[in-house]
Amino acid sequence: MEIPYNVQVREDTGLYNSKLGIWLFLASEVMLFGGLFSAYILLRTGAPVWPPIGEHGSIMHILKETIPHATFNTVVLIASSVTMVMAWVSLKMKDLRKFRIYLGTTLLCALVFLIVKYFEYSHKIHEGFVPSHDTYMALYFTLTGLHGLHIIGGMIVLGYFFGPGIKMWNNEPERFTNRIEIVGLYWHFVDLVWIFLFPILYLLN
Amino acid sequence: MSDSHHEESFWRKYIFSTDHKTIGIQYGITALLFLFFGFSLMMVMRWQLAFPDQAVPVIGGLIQWLAELNGFASIGNLPSDLYNVFGAMHGTIMIFLGVVPLVVGAFGNYVVPLQIGAPDMAFPKLNMTSYWVYFIGGVIMLVSFFLPGGAANSGWTSYPPLSVIATTGQTFWLLGMVFLITSSLLGSINIIVTIIQLRAPGLTWMRLPFFVWAQFVTSFLLVLAFPPLEAAGFFQLMDRVFDTSFFLPSGLVVGGEALDVSGGGSPLLWQHLFWFLAHPEVYVLILPGMGVIAEIIANNTRKPIWGYKSLVYSVVFLGFMSFIVWAHHMFMTGMGQGMSIFFQTTTMIISVPSVIILSCFMLSLWGGSIRFNTPMLFALGWIPMFGIGGLTGLPLGLSTLDIHLHDTYYVIGHFHYVVAPGTIFAIFAGIYYWFPKMTGKMLDETLGKIHFFFSFIFMNGIFWPMLIQGMAGVSRRLADGGESYAHAQGTLHLNEFMSYSAWLLAIAQIPFIINLIRTLLRKKAAEPDPNPWRATTIEWTDTTSPPMGHGNFEKVPTVYRGPYEYSVPGDSSDFTPQTSKLIKDR
Repeated sequence: MEIPYNVQVREDTGLYNSKLGIWLFLASEVMLFGGLFSAYILLRTGAPVWPPIGEHGSIMHILKETIPHATFNTVVLIASSVTMVMAWVSLKMKDLRKFRIYLGTTLLCALVFLIVKYFEYSHKIHEGFVPSHDTYMALYFTLTGLHGLHIIGGMIVLGYFFGPGIKMWNNEPERFTNRIEIVGLYWHFVDLVWIFLFPILYLLN
Repeated sequence: MSDSHHEESFWRKYIFSTDHKTIGIQYGITALLFLFFGFSLMMVMRWQLAFPDQAVPVIGGLIQWLAELNGFASIGNLPSDLYNVFGAMHGTIMIFLGVVPLVVGAFGNYVVPLQIGAPDMAFPKLNMTSYWVYFIGGVIMLVSFFLPGGAANSGWTSYPPLSVIATTGQTFWLLGMVFLITSSLLGSINIIVTIIQLRAPGLTWMRLPFFVWAQFVTSFLLVLAFPPLEAAGFFQLMDRVFDTSFFLPSGLVVGGEALDVSGGGSPLLWQHLFWFLAHPEVYVLILPGMGVIAEIIANNTRKPIWGYKSLVYSVVFLGFMSFIVWAHHMFMTGMGQGMSIFFQTTTMIISVPSVIILSCFMLSLWGGSIRFNTPMLFALGWIPMFGIGGLTGLPLGLSTLDIHLHDTYYVIGHFHYVVAPGTIFAIFAGIYYWFPKMTGKMLDETLGKIHFFFSFIFMNGIFWPMLIQGMAGVSRRLADGGESYAHAQGTLHLNEFMSYSAWLLAIAQIPFIINLIRTLLRKKAAEPDPNPWRATTIEWTDTTSPPMGHGNFEKVPTVYRGPYEYSVPGDSSDFTPQTSKLIKDR
């Protein structure tokens, strides 16, 4: 038994199944981050000063130091989105070698992002700015933490297509290209979330 | 894709199956067991309400063992701490582990692909995953009963600050919910893609059976409403595990001591995020039920459903509106007059499509030659019961009346009329209706009718007195049923009546259980009638009973007409299948 429109596009909808599936998944992700962002708005508007002043004072001075790191990370993530598209385009042009280079670059960018994030986290925790310090820190760690988990999840999938998953190219090139397109859509979404996180957590204080 | 002819191992065929029919049945059995378990919790609670602090008969020893395991004193009675646990878990289990998996997981999975002429769901492996993620979520919930302090005890709504300072059971509840939410998300994405992509040739949107429309809207509600609760769940986990203060305001004092947290959070934030899910959730519970009822009414009145297009537009509008009514659960939180007026208005508006749907069903009965079989009896019982549920909800939508009715048994009576007879009658109707398709055997009509009439009587016996108690001002969630409250004394005698009704309702389910087991054990006819109800939709007309393994159909059906073409003038039979090209060609 074959599920129809698994690879081919259905004429009246113009979609193959998993493309519709990923858009619905992203819609639910928008609602997830919508919930997270609405918490940010509610807690911030309810706070007398922002970021709130806790046991170790205000996070402001550390935040100012980390803006360059976060800016660097923003650039890295946008670059990874570009290479992600290039990887997909390479497959469309049937160039597997270029695909591997671009996908590898995407993975590398993601890794760089996480390493920078790790140093940011440990610096803050070292200075006593742990999640329980104040509501800003709580939001900072929860929002960037969940975003980081999305990056790691994406890396696992990309890593699979970089490694063992690539075998599908030999037998079902079209299906493999679709898969890369779909994981690419997810990757752009994760990137987009960061584009929102960056200003609200670092710049607008 | 696997070759459909080779023999599959037991594990592939029954446990880790990717066939939507097997997964639907897995969902159905698991959810029915959870439904029974959730009901059992309530039966114990009803003992405590009727006879406060007396030892529970029959299972007193078990209750004592569980209470002592959790660290509560008990002489075989239900201590109030454990009452709170049972209350919170009754709600959680009934909604998230019982009804939703039944209406969406079981019926949606089994019936939708058959009704739209699809070989399976769009993503069979994802389908299997969503069942097993649900299963894990259920196991986590069950395990939490044995923790010190018991399972979650802050109500199914888990309002902070109480839930944040509650015992470990709450952490398990949150983890379990993350699994259940994930399962629902995967399942509903699958259903939407299946409906959009895998409709058979000729099956245009306005030819879809109403059940498919209901599932379609329901799935959208799940996809869009559940994630904010997931976000809230993460926040509450952070509050509990990492001592953050998302939901804890400054200066909170617990047990005479200031809580050692930073504060600055907002308990209202949880309520907003929670009800943003939990109100659409009400429609998740009821819309598939409406879908089932539409199928059965059209089939058993032998005429087209009245106002098919109005039904479809209403259900879509209902789904949309259900996202902007949530704060009518929060009138008494002091969120402000402007908010109350907005949500009161939207709440009044959302009642309109519900009334249209109910009216269409009632008008469908007019002039039909009604067959009073068991599915139809449940459908006919459903109409007034859901009507009572809906109408008792209108006063609750008015913020001024909430001053009196808020948090009373009136609320409990109202939503149980919607969810218990409303949804569960639809589930029973659906089981009696589609059981012959799933197994090739008809359930016994006499036992079915006994099941229906007694269930109908005792459900009203439980829920009607709640409305009376609530109007007298008796609060919900009192472990003694109001015995220690002066204003509750006038209606206290109703507690025993409701409890007896609840236990009798349990006994009324025995004919159903006997019926299921007896029919399953019976030998199947050599060639079971694929269409015993003489229905028009694809799942009856173009498959065998049960439908063949992977693939469902010998050849892909083509659809030529609408879903409910009964008693078409000029046709020799009183039903014209969706897949018959010409009238009289069968």
